[in-house]
Amino acid sequence: MALAVFVVAGALALASALGLIIKRNPIHGALFLIVNLGSIAVLYLLLGGQFLAWVQVIIYAGAIMVLFVFALMVLIPGREETGPDPLRRVRLIALPLAALLLLPVVATLAAYRGTAVPRPSAVGGVEAVGWLLFTDYLFPFELTSVLLLGALVGVLTLAKRRTDRGASATADASAPAEERWRAPTADPTGRSDRPSLSEVSR
Amino acid sequence: MTEVPTAYYTGLSAVLFVIGVTGVLVRRNPLVIFMSIEIMLNAANLALAAFGAQFGRADGQVLVFFVMTVAAAEVAVGLAIIVAIFRLRPRLSVDDLSELRW
Repeated sequence: MALAVFVVAGALALASALGLIIKRNPIHGALFLIVNLGSIAVLYLLLGGQFLAWVQVIIYAGAIMVLFVFALMVLIPGREETGPDPLRRVRLIALPLAALLLLPVVATLAAYRGTAVPRPSAVGGVEAVGWLLFTDYLFPFELTSVLLLGALVGVLTLAKRRTDRGASATADASAPAEERWRAPTADPTGRSDRPSLSEVSR
Repeated sequence: MTEVPTAYYTGLSAVLFVIGVTGVLVRRNPLVIFMSIEIMLNAANLALAAFGAQFGRADGQVLVFFVMTVAAAEVAVGLAIIVAIFRLRPRLSVDDLSELRW
């Protein structure tokens, strides 16, 4: 029974991962990734990790995929991966390279003759994970809060600089705001050889 | 619940990881490359959870939890960078980023 669930969920994970890298449209890729994450959540359940399965669904399939789809909507992608590939020969090398990466694992698994270790009863409920998280792994747990705070501040900084660049670009395109800025000092009819505001800020 | 050998999980994880590597190497769209990285992270997570179940300890799952946290932060920052870079460009392709200056 568990083997059947494993085979179905594993095949779904493999197929959706392949679909992500084969389909051209990135929004299809996002949907495939959601299927992939969901099937891996099923595998977590099979391993006895109920907590992980729900965290996978909530954080990955919920929050992270919303971010992805949001980015897809902001930069509307379209025709960039159609047409001839300028680096086709380079990309063809990628497949043998990736297969090379698979070789050691295949060799190790093929040479695996060990008797199956009898597994202890599965631990992985919220209680076990939470106990470890707040005792043995308390320091890394606190560090993740610093990491998340850093990510938050970094994203805010990136977003803010982007609006600044956008403002200078519009000032570059339409001169009136800039002329108003230097109207008291410079001759409004002639171009002064002083660098303009947008040139200075760049 | 415990019929599936750990080696199966490890093999599945390895194949998923290689699919992710192939996606990073082959695709041109930065968002798809990012999603391939997510597949690689999930493959590693699957191996961690499988080994944790093998030894009957929850440590593997705690590590998976940390990896998920780091992945969330990474996705937020990475997507912000991608949007900042590609908002003013006509094409969404990493091949256009060949110059080493801003």
